[in-house]
Parts: sequence; C-alpha cells; structure tokens
Amino acid sequence: MRGITKRFPGVVANDGVDFEAAAGEVHALLGENGAGKSTLSNILTGLYLQDEGTISLYGEPVRFHSPSDAIDAGIAMVHQHFRLVPPFSVAENIILGEHRAEARKLLVHPRQIERRVAELGRRYSVAVEPRARVWQLSVGEQQRVEILKALYREARILILDEPTAVLTPQESDALFETLRTMAAEGRTVIFISHKLHEVKAVADRVTVLRGGKSIATVVAAEATPRQLAAMMVGRDVELAARKERAAPPREDIAFEVEGLCVRGDRGEEAVRDLSLTVRSGEIVGVAGVAGNGQRELAEAVTGMRAPTSGTVTVAGRKLKTSDPRSAIAAGVAHVPEDRLGTGVAPSLSIAENSVLKSYRGRTVSSGPFLRWRAIGRHAVDLIHRYAVATPGPHLRARDLSGGNLQKLVLGREFSGQPKVLIAASPTRGLDVGAIETVHSYLREAASDGVAVLLISEDLDEILALADRVLVIYEGRITGAFDPGTATVEEIGLSMAGGERE
Amino acid sequence: MINVKIERRLEQPRWLSVAVPVVSVAFSFLVMAVVLAVTGHDPWNTYRRLFDAAFVGSTAWTFTLESATPLLFTGLAAAAAFRMQLFNIGAEGQLYLGAIGAAGIAIWLGPHQSLTVTILMMCLCGGAAGALWALIPGALKAFGRTNEIITSLMLNYVAGQLLTYLIFDSASPWRDLSTVQTRSFPQAIPLKPSQFWPFPAPFDVSVHFGFFLALGVAVVLFVLFRFTRFGFEMNVIGDSPRAARYSGMRTRRKILAVMAISGAIAGLGGASQVGDVAHELDASPQGLQSANYGYTGIVVAALGRYNPIAVCLVAVLIGGLQNAGTFLAGADFPSGLVGVMQGIILFCALGGELLIRYRVRIPGHARVVAEDVPPAEVEAS
Repeated sequence: MRGITKRFPGVVANDGVDFEAAAGEVHALLGENGAGKSTLSNILTGLYLQDEGTISLYGEPVRFHSPSDAIDAGIAMVHQHFRLVPPFSVAENIILGEHRAEARKLLVHPRQIERRVAELGRRYSVAVEPRARVWQLSVGEQQRVEILKALYREARILILDEPTAVLTPQESDALFETLRTMAAEGRTVIFISHKLHEVKAVADRVTVLRGGKSIATVVAAEATPRQLAAMMVGRDVELAARKERAAPPREDIAFEVEGLCVRGDRGEEAVRDLSLTVRSGEIVGVAGVAGNGQRELAEAVTGMRAPTSGTVTVAGRKLKTSDPRSAIAAGVAHVPEDRLGTGVAPSLSIAENSVLKSYRGRTVSSGPFLRWRAIGRHAVDLIHRYAVATPGPHLRARDLSGGNLQKLVLGREFSGQPKVLIAASPTRGLDVGAIETVHSYLREAASDGVAVLLISEDLDEILALADRVLVIYEGRITGAFDPGTATVEEIGLSMAGGERE
Repeated sequence: MINVKIERRLEQPRWLSVAVPVVSVAFSFLVMAVVLAVTGHDPWNTYRRLFDAAFVGSTAWTFTLESATPLLFTGLAAAAAFRMQLFNIGAEGQLYLGAIGAAGIAIWLGPHQSLTVTILMMCLCGGAAGALWALIPGALKAFGRTNEIITSLMLNYVAGQLLTYLIFDSASPWRDLSTVQTRSFPQAIPLKPSQFWPFPAPFDVSVHFGFFLALGVAVVLFVLFRFTRFGFEMNVIGDSPRAARYSGMRTRRKILAVMAISGAIAGLGGASQVGDVAHELDASPQGLQSANYGYTGIVVAALGRYNPIAVCLVAVLIGGLQNAGTFLAGADFPSGLVGVMQGIILFCALGGELLIRYRVRIPGHARVVAEDVPPAEVEAS
C-alpha cells in the first residue's frame, strides 16, 4: 500500500500511509486508538475506498470497491467483534457468505465441509468441533472459527484486529503458534495491536502508525518495547508500571460481597456463590478471561441486575438488591464496561450527562425544575478538573473520544464522593495516554480512601494497579494472588481454570 | 450501473431539520402538480383555491382551526410519549374514551350547573378516561415488557367497538331513549346548549375553546420537557434505557406516568370534540371514528419532531389542508383526488425525514463521506 490517504469530515484518518508486508511474514501494525489502524485495514478489506494512493497485491495494482472484491483477492479479516451467527454450527458459519461454487450450489454437502474443517483445525492447531453451535463455544474457540473461516477460503492475507483482547496469556501463545505456522506456509499475517510485548512475541516486522501517518517500519527483534512505545505515542512514556500510592489501604472493610449468585442473560449461572471484600483505600483486581461472570458481577453489585441470592454490604449496611438507586445512595460509584450505552446517554449533552446521577440533588434542581445554569457550571468545572478535551459542555456525549468519555464518566462518579468504586474494564479501547490518566485517577481515588474493585480482562492493568488480585473463572473466585510476588504464568493458569498447587 | 447507497448520518446538521421539511413539502406540490395536470386540472389554480380555502379570510381560519384542534391534542399526545421512545399508537382509542367520559359526566351533571363546572368536569373525566385507557398498554409494558405499539393499537379497535356498543347496541346512559324515533334509530343524548363550550371570535375568527386548551397543554408540555427533572428523565430513558437504570431512575413509574399523560391529552381531545363540536357522543360511522385523529396525530407529532411548539404549527397546517380538502371536493374536483393530494404531501414530508437521519451516497460520483467508525459500532447504534 503506497501513499494511502483517507479523509473523513474533519479528520484525515490516513495521511499518505505506506505499508508493505511480505509473503510469509507476520507483520504487526502498531498504534494507539485513532492512529488509523482500523481505517487502513478497512481499506485493505474493501470496506472503504481510499481517497488517494494505491494498493498492490503481489505486484499487481488492485482497487477494491467492496469487501467481496477483497475476499476474492484472498484477503480475510478477523474482527474484534466476531462476525458469526450464534445459532448456526461451526461448519455452517464457515461456508456462510462463501462465494465459490461449492457453497453456491443448491445442495451443500455438510459431511465434506465438516471433514475439511476438522482437517484444517488439526493442521493449524485451531481445532473446533465442526458441528458445535457457535453460541456453545467459548470466546477463544469462536476466534478459532474466524481463523478457520479464513483458512477455508484459502486466504493469502489474514488481518487480525486486536485478537488477544479476549484470550488468556496461554491462549494467546497458542494463537501466536498458529499465526507462525500460517506465515511459514507463505501466507501474510497482519497483526493489529497496541500491546508491545505481543508485537515483540509474534511479529517479524512492525509498522508504527501515529496520527494517521506511518512513522516507521522496524524489525521486531531489534526494537525495544520502550522504543516502540515512544514511536507510537510520540514521546517517552512510562510503561504500565507499578507505582506506589500516596496512602496505603486502611483496615476497615468498606465493601463486602457474600454468597452472590447471579444469572446471565441466557439464564445460565454466571456468578456462583462468590464472596469478596475490599477495604477502604484498597484496589482489588478481579482478573479473568472475558465472559467468566465479570459483567454479571459488576451489574449485580451495583444493582443493575438482580442476584438470585447473596448480599452486598457497603460500610456495614446491606444494599437493597436490584436497585441502582440504593447503591448510588450508599456511595457505590460505577464505571460500567459499556461506557457509551450505559455510562452515558449518548445523544444528550456533556452537561446533561454530568448530572446523570446527581440531578435530583439540591445544587442542580429546585422543586421539580432543573437549574440549567448550575448544571452548566458543574459541567464546566468537571471538564476542567478531569481535563476532558471538548469544545464545550453542549457537545453530545457520543461525539467525545473514548478517552475523554471515560474521563467524563470517572469525573462524574468521583464527584458523587463515593465510598466504593466498581470499575469494569475502565481502559478498554483507550489509547496509551488516556490509560495513564485513568490509572492515575483510580490511584488517586484509592489514596482518598475509596474502596476500588477493578474488574478487568487486561492482566497488565491489574498487576499495575491492584493491591490484591482475585481470579474469576466460570463465576467463581478461583485464586488469590499478591501482585508483588505472583507471576503472569501462575495467574494465567488460574484464569484458564487450572488448579493452583 | 449507478450504485446508490443509503447510510446513516453520524451528524445531523441543524439547517437540515428546517430545510428538509420545506423542500419535501415543495417537492410534494411538484408531484401533485403532475397528477393534477394529468387529471385535467390546472395545478396553479387548484393550489390557489387550496391556499385560499385554508388560510385566507376569517371563515377559512375558523374552519382550519376547528380541524386543527383535535390534531393538536392527538399530536401532543403522541409527542409526549414518543419523546421517551414510548410508541403510544393508541391516541385514537384514548380520544374515544375521553369523549365517552366527557359526554357521560355532562349528561350526568345536567344543564343546570355553571358552564365552568361543566367544562372542568368534562376535561377531568375525559382526561382521566383517556389516561386509564392508556395505562392498560402502559402497565403491560412496564410490568410485562409487552410491545406497547401492538397493545395500544389493538385497544383502538376495542375502544371503537365500545363506542358503537354504547350508542347502537345497548341501552346505555349515553343513548337517547326518550322518543319512539330514537329508540328505533339509535342516537346519543345531545348536550344542552348551556353546556356547549364557548366559541369566542377574536379578530373575526371564531375559535373553539378546545383550541386554547390545546395551546395551554402545549405550553405545559414544553416547560415539562425543557425545564423539569421529569423531562430530563424522559430524555435519558428515551435515549438509553440502560443509562437511565444505571443512574437510578425509576423507569417503570416513568412509563406509567408518560402513558397516563399521553392518554390524558388524547382524552382531552375527545372531551373537546364533545363540548366544542359534536355536542353529543358521536358514534356514527361518519363521526369520530371516521376522522382518524389519533393516527393523523402521529404524523403531526413526527413532522413536529416531538417538539410541542412545532406540533402546534404542524397541526394548523395539516388542519388547513384537511379543511381545504373538504372545501375543494365538489363536482369538478373528486374527493378522491383530495385524498391523493393529502397523501402525497404527508408521504413526501415523512419520506424527507429519512434524509435527515440518512444520506444518499453514490460511490465514485459524490464525495465519499463515510465516518471513521468501525462497522461493528455502526451496526450497534
């Protein structure tokens, strides 16, 4: 790809990007959110048409007008959010949208397809039972289905968008093996990530994008993580490292969950008899692979979801279950996983969202009426204090970038002077700079005596922040670690359901 | 081959929300001009007569405002509910119930009460009847998570049957059984002239009391939406029910309250029809049930973008159109053509709404203006 430029109203997402990947290599595309990685891969897969620049495949210039052009050219993509049909079987999902003749025939031969899928699975060690329904599979297995889909279509170029976000460290390693096998056969693997150690572990070469421009292409083995990070951010950064907080945890137990059982959306037991405590000023990290009950746990303790049994106690007083208002009144702040749909009302303004929980209070309302001036002042104050980058408080919340949105949510939650903070994946999808900020706010909150329950799939984040690490697996706490002494392997094993010695 | 794509706009420029309705109404007149020309009518002349009949002279305005009044009520009723993404399609039935309630209390009170008391009680009973009727789908939605579109729509038919039953199929207190004639040809008990709602004539234009009442309701709604916590909660719930639950709002109560408000407004519309116009519970096939005020009200609300003040303007425009339509229909102008004309205007106006939320893109020709959002998010939104 040469001189790729893609403009959107107000932004240049790709500005003369040069990118080339050789056959038989794993090439990482590294960059912060908004650096242009997604746009570049969307151009390569035919979702967007570039404004300027050329794409050549194996020396031939090509122009993709639609995704099917790209698929025909042998380009496949594994998206972060899988494109699978849950009630269909693995084999059915694999032939869905298949353009070649064999799937276009009126009759498909399921046996034949299943055999081929099983064979591919063995060869690349991504085995999945071809007749299993997709909804029955774990997230890691679903990812394998996506990879199988690409292999089945004999893709020569495979693009993976942040594939490890949903995997345990061990599963990630297995994925890297598969990718290496594919590369060894002469395929090209493009690996999009913002995690430096992964890029180091799997890639032959790395192209760093920043602000829509390609900064450099380097050999992965020759670059240090620090250099890569500096290229990515454009300045020297502290890599997620443990920092001592101003104040150590206190003795009193601020938050206690006992015998909590919660059902998930499909009626399955998502959280099973779970108990934990958090002291004032302590950060307890709950680590686990996505989909092991983290969401249900966070929702149940904040009153968003009704537990089937168990109690949640804040500062010695039991919360009314399934009632967010009583949790808010008790001083439980909540930074939800889905910050755009749950954490804010996306079409309302920043000002309106800044009082989402406090609009009943004296300061912003009198009688049945809202005091819009006071709300405006409150919003401006919050924007300044938490450095939310916005032209003003009247911008719709959905127009904020992820990092600024999260600052707004955090700022609002802190302004309620909470006793407890439940933070679910607070930095997912944020860029390095914003992650730093969010982490410093969390540390600050703990120093001020807030009991923080940090539920995250990012183990590095938990290790950098938490005083204690709990591992959640299939809705149970299966391990407790001291982040100072435990190794990533130990915790990873526990995340995968392995027993501890 | 020209490949046309329709995609969602991420940003809705402000000028569009004014330009699109204006252009689409103009476009509809253009389309209608072709229809008129083909059927042998002079478009320009027809439009002039149409405009004159709707908006020129005091008689025209009197009839226009009379037609607009029930649409104002039903439009506001729909706007109140739709604003919270609560799709109350049942203004039609709620209006019938309002008429039943208002006529009932007027008959029960008799002609010797003061007019103020009569009006007050008619509004109260009409509003309450409409609210209770609307609370049926409201409660089903709040506690049973049923789809309010279906339930409120179905109840319209029930309300229509109830109306017919009260006058035609039973010896109800609403039915006039005083003479032999009315016993064999069913008729509703008429209100006494002392119970008729006032019909003042400022500036030569006679305006029904109900019209002022509706304007009052619009102002109240405007204040409610704009300046109160209740309105704020409605906005949040309408935008994201999860965010509303997250912030501790009592969503169920709000659903019930908003359905009741919406039903009450439609019910007031029914009361106004009884007190202002029909002066009886008009169950005849040419009466309330033929006018489709409830359904037209939804169109009015949509065109007014659920803004109470805009709803007032749209209701007057549509009212004028309806009034002019009845005026135009005659020997040389079939009433079917009037229907076609009204249909085309509404169709274009509503179709234009699409352009506010979506854009049409012709790849390779127009500038390519997609937004930098991963496809997954676009699907989700």
